[in-house]
Amino acid sequence: MNASGDRSPEQDEATAAAAGTEESAAAPDAEDLPERPADGDADRVGAQKSASAEAVVAGPGDLPAEAPEQEPGPPPPHPSRRGMFGVADTGDTSGYGRLVARDTNPVRHGSTPRPWGDEYDSVGDALEAAVAEYGAAVERVLVDRDELTLFVRREHLVEVAQALRDDPALRYEMCMGVSGVHYPEDSGRELHAVYPFLSITHNRRLRVEVTCPDEDPHIPSIVELYPGNNWHERETYDFFGIIFDGHPALARIEMPDDWVGHPQRKDYPLGGIPVEYKGATIPPADERRAYN
Amino acid sequence: MSNLDDVTFAAPGGDDPAEAGVRETTEGPVYTVSGDDWGDVVDAAIAGQERIVVNMGPQHPSTHGVLRLILELDGETIVSARCGIGYLHTGIEKNCEYRNWTQGVTFLTRADYLSPFFNEAAYVLGVERLLGITEEIPERATVIRVMMMELNRISSHLVAIGTGGMEIGALTIMTQGIRERERTLDLFELITGLRMNHAYIRPGGVAQDLPPGAVESVREYIRWMREYLPTYEQLLNENPIFKGRTVGVGHLDLTGCTALGITGPVLRSTGLPFDLRKAQPYCGYETYEFDVPTVDTCDSYGRYLIRMHEMYESLKIVEQCLDRLEPGPVMIADKKIAWPAQLALGGDGLGNSLDHIRHIMGESMEGLIHHFKLVTEGFRVPAGQVYQAVESPRGELGAHVVSEGGTRPWRVHLREPSFNNLQAMAAMCEGGMVADVIVAVASLDPVMGGVDR
Repeated sequence: MNASGDRSPEQDEATAAAAGTEESAAAPDAEDLPERPADGDADRVGAQKSASAEAVVAGPGDLPAEAPEQEPGPPPPHPSRRGMFGVADTGDTSGYGRLVARDTNPVRHGSTPRPWGDEYDSVGDALEAAVAEYGAAVERVLVDRDELTLFVRREHLVEVAQALRDDPALRYEMCMGVSGVHYPEDSGRELHAVYPFLSITHNRRLRVEVTCPDEDPHIPSIVELYPGNNWHERETYDFFGIIFDGHPALARIEMPDDWVGHPQRKDYPLGGIPVEYKGATIPPADERRAYN
Repeated sequence: MSNLDDVTFAAPGGDDPAEAGVRETTEGPVYTVSGDDWGDVVDAAIAGQERIVVNMGPQHPSTHGVLRLILELDGETIVSARCGIGYLHTGIEKNCEYRNWTQGVTFLTRADYLSPFFNEAAYVLGVERLLGITEEIPERATVIRVMMMELNRISSHLVAIGTGGMEIGALTIMTQGIRERERTLDLFELITGLRMNHAYIRPGGVAQDLPPGAVESVREYIRWMREYLPTYEQLLNENPIFKGRTVGVGHLDLTGCTALGITGPVLRSTGLPFDLRKAQPYCGYETYEFDVPTVDTCDSYGRYLIRMHEMYESLKIVEQCLDRLEPGPVMIADKKIAWPAQLALGGDGLGNSLDHIRHIMGESMEGLIHHFKLVTEGFRVPAGQVYQAVESPRGELGAHVVSEGGTRPWRVHLREPSFNNLQAMAAMCEGGMVADVIVAVASLDPVMGGVDR
């Protein structure tokens, strides 16, 4: 099976260009596999619902002028999902377990070219005017499910947040906290911090996403600008181990002070014990047969 | 912590080994008070050491659950106030990552246990946006969702006002509030089967249709509330003791609210009519006729007035919901997402309806496959993330839902208004009196289940 680590940047580009069909396509090296049915249950859900995903990763129609002759390849293999049912243990004798799930997550490599619609375009213009090094600060911009996401490099987070708060055309008065997400297979960008911003003046929202590698889990704190993020950053530190540099008192907030580890990370087990009921034993939730 | 070698522990004052004593530190003697030793404290106060650190909670009855307030006092004035939270952390968000999308509702409904329908709605609306099926939700299901949320807003505000009153000695308002809340919970029990923790709003619709007699019961409830809600106002609005305790207490202006990310009644008590139901409507709120009450007092009394008015506005919305209820499905037509079974009351309690069992066991092979696949495996949600905010009784409740394309959420995060708003406690209390802490915290209306999740 294709390992997830050998994804090349070119492949990523191609992915961004390819319209994402949600489900797995047969692996190139698995010619002996039976042809998979066109209407597998899960597949149909994916095919029906992929419309919104297609809007995100630039569809073939949105490609720049030089692109059309280039045949868009399939999206790269999904980093964490395997097979059609995703069962890791024994029991899947169907052969579908060798299918490769394709990675269409726009969070990892999606980018939306302009136009983003009048409202989001005006936000983008104002931000380009307000942030001196816009090109260096904003890695890429994604409009997904009517939500605007800026992927900001962590060195520039404070600068961008300052502009978001103070620029009259932006005026994001409130930051609704920060939520961590752990993508263990996204090497070099394992930890994501997601900041939802709200502008009451203009009545609109914006999401800023900042990433940092597992080896160097540091992101600058924006508590100076948005004091309400104090507890939220503590919570994200508590659960994910992201260290917010400059936070006035970055202590654990939900877990006890002497707790070891950061529980919301994917490598942290859920815990639990097997439960016996009427002779049958039910394993804890994270050891049960799972589908992905 | 300083080096323990420098610290000397004096013998306890009496023979009682449970009694704590005096500890000499580099900052002077530290008295650990555990009861029956007020004499030591008085002696210390006479000696000129009045700085006392008081732990209010984690089980103080006025802290709305297990909230620990750490107050540093100079006499009766609060020098600094901090919160200790986390006593009710149950790992709801982590647990969601190990269940399928539908099961997530069962966990999230338990987060803020006084407003379960809002937790469910925020998450479910988020999942539906990820699936791209927002437009396909049946009208009846949306109307029922709105109705349940507004009834829930009333029951939540009743607890806020009732317990808030109880904490300052107005026990009558508590007994009345709990009485009316019980009537609301009776409705919830009638409609969902449970008083709390309903898991009623599901991706694709709601768990089951309204039972026979529900509409009449809700109408009777509205009549009851219209009759009894004014008695609250007669009791409190001009009550000199109540006003004496709440007017001007827990002051937080608009600047403070925006800086601290405060939403909900606390924000509206500064005069800003920001309500997500009006500003960024969901579930068709833009089609309902209701007002957003505001006051400009910035204090606890104003927040009480807003909660009272919001209950009337919620009753108006519930009434409009009842008028709009048309017969129809309450679950999305797409069989790949819709929960297959309907519940029914059998001889041995609530379970899958026998009609459904007969259908999948005797009539339809595909029905059986669907049931099996959806219940054991669940449906897949296209990869991506959304942030869906709803106006809960306490402010903006946001659900950050992340999918990796699988049958389980990759990450679910609730941006809890209780959690965020509790940060304002210090801004409201410092410089005030100890007794006002209770009023200020009550006016924030934190629910620890939501704070700690």
